[in-house]
Amino acid sequence: MSQLKNPARRTFLKSSAAAGGSLVIGVALPDMFRGLQAAGKESAMNAWIRINSDNTVTILCARSEMGQGVVMALPTLVAEELEVDMRRIKVDFAPPGEAYINAMLGGQLTGGSTSVRDGWDKLRMAGAQARVMLVQAAADQWKVDPAQCKAANGSVTGPGGKKASYGQLAEAASKLTPPKDVKLKDPSQFRYIGKPMKRLDSANKINGKTVFGIDVKLPGMLYASLAQCPVIGGKVVSFDAAKAKTMPGVKHVVQISDGVAVVADSWWRAKTARDAIKIQWDEGPNKTLQQADVWKSLAGAMSKPGATVKAQGNVAEGMKGAAKTVKATYEMPFLSHSPLEPMNFTADVRKDSALLIGSIQFQQLAMGMASAITGLKPEQITIKTTFLGGGFGRRIDCDYMAQAVEISKAIGKPVKLVWTREDDMTHDFYRPASLTELSAGLDASGKPTTLSFKMSSPSVTMRLFPQIVKDGVDPLQTEAILVPYDIPNQAVSTVIHETGLRVGYLRSVSHALNVFANESFMDELAAAAGKDPYEYRMALLAKQPRFANVLKIAAEKSGWGKPLPKGRARGIALMEGYETYMAMVVETSVQGGKIKVHRVVVATDLGRMVNPNIVDQQIESNIIFGLQVALYGDITLKDGRVQQTNFHDYQLPRMPETPKIESHIVQSTEKPGGIGEPGMALFSPALANALYSLTGKRLRKMPFSLA
Amino acid sequence: MASLTINGKTREVNADPSTPLLWVIRDNLGMTGTKFGCGAALCGACTVHLDGQPVRSCSTPLSAAAGKKITTIEAIGATPTGKKVQEAWAALDVPQCGYCQSGQIMAATALLEAKPKPSDADIDSAMAGNICRCGTYPRIRAAIHKAAGTKGA
Repeated sequence: MSQLKNPARRTFLKSSAAAGGSLVIGVALPDMFRGLQAAGKESAMNAWIRINSDNTVTILCARSEMGQGVVMALPTLVAEELEVDMRRIKVDFAPPGEAYINAMLGGQLTGGSTSVRDGWDKLRMAGAQARVMLVQAAADQWKVDPAQCKAANGSVTGPGGKKASYGQLAEAASKLTPPKDVKLKDPSQFRYIGKPMKRLDSANKINGKTVFGIDVKLPGMLYASLAQCPVIGGKVVSFDAAKAKTMPGVKHVVQISDGVAVVADSWWRAKTARDAIKIQWDEGPNKTLQQADVWKSLAGAMSKPGATVKAQGNVAEGMKGAAKTVKATYEMPFLSHSPLEPMNFTADVRKDSALLIGSIQFQQLAMGMASAITGLKPEQITIKTTFLGGGFGRRIDCDYMAQAVEISKAIGKPVKLVWTREDDMTHDFYRPASLTELSAGLDASGKPTTLSFKMSSPSVTMRLFPQIVKDGVDPLQTEAILVPYDIPNQAVSTVIHETGLRVGYLRSVSHALNVFANESFMDELAAAAGKDPYEYRMALLAKQPRFANVLKIAAEKSGWGKPLPKGRARGIALMEGYETYMAMVVETSVQGGKIKVHRVVVATDLGRMVNPNIVDQQIESNIIFGLQVALYGDITLKDGRVQQTNFHDYQLPRMPETPKIESHIVQSTEKPGGIGEPGMALFSPALANALYSLTGKRLRKMPFSLA
Repeated sequence: MASLTINGKTREVNADPSTPLLWVIRDNLGMTGTKFGCGAALCGACTVHLDGQPVRSCSTPLSAAAGKKITTIEAIGATPTGKKVQEAWAALDVPQCGYCQSGQIMAATALLEAKPKPSDADIDSAMAGNICRCGTYPRIRAAIHKAAGTKGA
């Protein structure tokens, strides 16, 4: 087990656990924006809003922007109530701070499709409070009743044609006590929320100006490349850098916890010299680990008693009395996150301060680790989050940040560490592999009366947040593990089993494991019962209106049941994830032995949404992500080494494989659900079900192969 | 010292002739719009134009760029086709994380320069070398059609 090898993380988690089990650490807000402001005077209305006397309104975004659109969605929530023009605001990423903790996750962390759900009330309230304060400041100045004043478009107007801009009022308003009991807008009054709006971050993303972590430049900055042990967790025994040190541009060669770093005046020189270092590694206990061992040990773990997630009715009796029984095992591999921006980080560690800039998803973990490594207090450390060139959960872990901090500390200079793609793919925290056994008993009519589900899989949560694993049940391993279908006897259990390879949260997390198993199995039951897969599911959803509704929409819009051209077939699947309900129909064919996806129809009920345009973007994104998982994603081990190194042997979908996507969103007044992740989990079972319908072959192992 | 013509300007750089053009552009010249994704010409994030042709700068040595005109994302908007492509990208809100989009836009611009009215098959083949991990492909396709004034399938 390689978990918690990093002393910084261990210290951080210990101290946070001691503080009552939450991940909160108090951090003073560093004034990261000093020097970047316009000439005017800026006043902080609260943790989210700064208004400059020149009328610039800055809204802080406390979640990491990695494509999912939080840089739009969260400021929209604030702007809606603040009454400012969205197109004229400025957005900055928030520093680490108590105010920015994600209440759904207990830390300042972007993940779990929680950003909008966590911010929905909080950010609207922040906007509303600031608006009330601005109105009060105007009323005070004009000596009128605030009820006679109105805020709109960044100004307050009062009786007799009085008008003052937010910039003029901000300083006085910021000194008022934030009001309580502010009434939020009725949704019928929403100006922005629920309406499609173009992304304001697009402009700089199409002209190359957006600054990602890898684009950071500090005065006097050097570049680093780090050789890490080919077997994750291995350590340096000795190294010979004699040649590297003579190579052009090389300034330093330093050993850190995770390997040997070369620091040079350009990254290419650092990387070239790194390749010239000879390192003797102690590869550690995993050096003999093979992929077959992983599957063998997961299968072996199945014989252990599982932790109970659900026990209802009597499964043993139900199976005994069944007219027909069905049994199947599903196999899901390790996956790499592979965001297109490889891991990198820029650190400038000084004696009494540190400036850390980069692409991170978990600001508090970064702060905890940086503080532990440098010995500096959090208030001496400034952390700036840049735009992320993809995250997908990889950047929840801060290993690469810790490495940059160690290197900068060792050389006393600002340094940018950049991993190669090969470093990135072979030193990920991988999506856990898993085995899932399902069995069911059907009555004479084919209806399921009994369902048994057991999975064995490593737990990311045991590594990162062990305090939330209760009685052997990891809440992030059991997402979507329960089917929505009306089945009287159910036994659902899990076995947490570590296999040796370190694991991390990847987009959709365990939804992708459990929805694949459950929705494939439902299709197997429908086939065993001789029923149409759509009708079969629908008959079991009488008590689940939101599930039934999206299933019906997806079926209708896809033309379910209507004939298709020869050689094509449809498959259907259903899920709930992150409080969002989705159903999907995938249309497929097999051409020359290769699986081709033609069309994907998806119905989504995510309750109220902030920006339907971004919702559609995320749905599209999840489908392409799901396509990768279904067809390609497979990280394997040999002698403890991850065998895949780059995009030639860890393929990602490309333009020619892209299906037509049709998204149908339910207009809903339910509370908001998350949208950054769920659809990805739904694609694989829908495709597997389509391929079964087409070929009669049931694909229970991902990635799919027809061979 | 090597001399480069990039975005219409001549720049002197101190780098070994075998250095990939990508790192010369990013580190020596400080232009970070061109991205590092794979280092092996597998993802297209580093795409720039050499005399109008799209190349993977991560696998193009500095020596191969000598005497040629280099165009990067920072200047592609100055060409009529590049401008049209960027406008279509904005109109259809293509980017998500945005990291691959410089390369996508460089590849799409080169496609439209060569084939002003591309078919879906043309788009498939010209864009197949550019990975988007966020999966913006449907919008990229639509944006290329929009820039070209053509309709997709």
